[in-house]
Amino acid sequence: MSILVLADLHEGQLGGATAHVVAAANAIGGDVHVLVAGEGVQAAADAAAKLDGVSKVRIADNAVYAHQLAEPMGALLVELSGDYTHVLASASTTGKNVLPRLAALKDVSQLSDVIAVESADTFKRPIYAGNAIATVKSDDALKVITVRTTGFDAVESNGNAAVESVSVVVENGQSSFVKQELAQSDRPELGGAKVVVSGGRGMGNGENFKLLDGIADKLGAAIGASRAAVDAGFVPNDMQVGQTGKIVAPELYIAVGISGAIQHLAGMKDSKVIVAINKDEEAPIFQVADYGLVGDLFEILPELESKL
Amino acid sequence: MKVLVAVKRVIDYNVKIRVKADNSDVDLTNVKMAMNPFCEIAVEEAVRLKEKGVATEVVAVTVGPKAAQEQLRTALALGADRAIHIETDERVESLAVAKLLAKVVEEEQPGLVVLGKQAIDTDNNQTGQMLAALSGLPQGTFASEVVVDGDKVNVTREIDGGLQTITLSLPAIITADLRLNEPRYAKLPDIMKAKKKPLDVKTPGDYGVEVASKVSLLKVESPAERQGGVKVASVDELIDKLKNEAKVL
Repeated sequence: MSILVLADLHEGQLGGATAHVVAAANAIGGDVHVLVAGEGVQAAADAAAKLDGVSKVRIADNAVYAHQLAEPMGALLVELSGDYTHVLASASTTGKNVLPRLAALKDVSQLSDVIAVESADTFKRPIYAGNAIATVKSDDALKVITVRTTGFDAVESNGNAAVESVSVVVENGQSSFVKQELAQSDRPELGGAKVVVSGGRGMGNGENFKLLDGIADKLGAAIGASRAAVDAGFVPNDMQVGQTGKIVAPELYIAVGISGAIQHLAGMKDSKVIVAINKDEEAPIFQVADYGLVGDLFEILPELESKL
Repeated sequence: MKVLVAVKRVIDYNVKIRVKADNSDVDLTNVKMAMNPFCEIAVEEAVRLKEKGVATEVVAVTVGPKAAQEQLRTALALGADRAIHIETDERVESLAVAKLLAKVVEEEQPGLVVLGKQAIDTDNNQTGQMLAALSGLPQGTFASEVVVDGDKVNVTREIDGGLQTITLSLPAIITADLRLNEPRYAKLPDIMKAKKKPLDVKTPGDYGVEVASKVSLLKVESPAERQGGVKVASVDELIDKLKNEAKVL
């Protein structure tokens, strides 16, 4: 078995998701290579070389791969995929954008959002927003897989793999990058945070989300939101936790003023410990919460912040 | 410019799903079905492009059983001009759907194809990207804004951590994310009119596409149920539990 992992990049650095995808690759077993493709990505390649279980890093450093646009990335993967039995990427917006192009061009199916490896050809993945878990077997010669990072613990960085340049340069006359607006924050990434504090419609307005800041600061937490809070215009969509937003599984998830719609639960129910704070004691969120506190969040949040 | 929009018949998003007793699949007997919510957004976008004078014709297409014609009629009621039904009772994976759509793209030569970013049954999030690759076209996935400008289209995409804007040459493939628009409801007179709009029925064989997949579904299970825990009476008790019982603080 030989496995190629497409590395996630975050502003030119290696994204945290890659260590989880390498863990999935190690679970399949075999020779694990990581492809780092982008522009000015030597540091990311060096970081990838340290990931446990990686035997080689292949770096494709060229302007055509900047921002990892789907068309050149798909073409590059097609060029490289002949050497591999599996190609894996995280189920990030980049992985989801790029990998199906590879699968289609190689005339194979893709398995999306894999959460467990049963064997080299059999995997588990959630369907129907996680309300069912499917076990699927692929008989395709090349397995193309996106990995849900919450299904695999990140590998550590004790390795020292060789970094090798990829000479393949593809053309791209079809798409071009215009701009990117990333939310600026000193907090950890929502997808990789050990603690997440989320607010829902019960927060009342966007201004009140500031009540979560102090708690998040003390806990080193990322701040999330329910779809209801996003739809109400309180906060931007990239904070959304749920079926249609981010899937998270932190050590501690604190849901504040969130009723617990199925679509929200789909995004956080694999968290290790769930705390719910809600004034409605019948709210469905309490059915999944390890610890529930019924009361007025405008009183509870300042108290919690001062006592943490 | 012609706009092609693909739709899928799926379980209604409000229905709580049940796994079959023999764990072979999800039970869809006597379950309310509807158009996939992301496909509704795709149809809305196509119709708005026509209302703005950018699109001259909107063609809706689906792959699925005979009953999927209901979803095509919905698309027609929402403003599509005609529809193509590729009829099959088999389980059709994203790759086969993309192959069929690529044949339709070849035949219809649309300037833009709009799809939902994913269907809420299999949650694959693949078909648009695969169609783009097979047709040799650029893609703007997870779109929250689509602006056609001459022979190009600017697409703002929902990416992890924010928004990205890219420019694609036309023809291009777009997949719709939630915030692209808010779909309208079909009005009764439009539903009546939709019954008279043209709907072509084809089969995968007509396009020379084999729908069989090399992926087999071995088992479908319900996820592990999470047990509700305890209610605490105060912030102090909560902090105590998190420190000493759960040990996460």
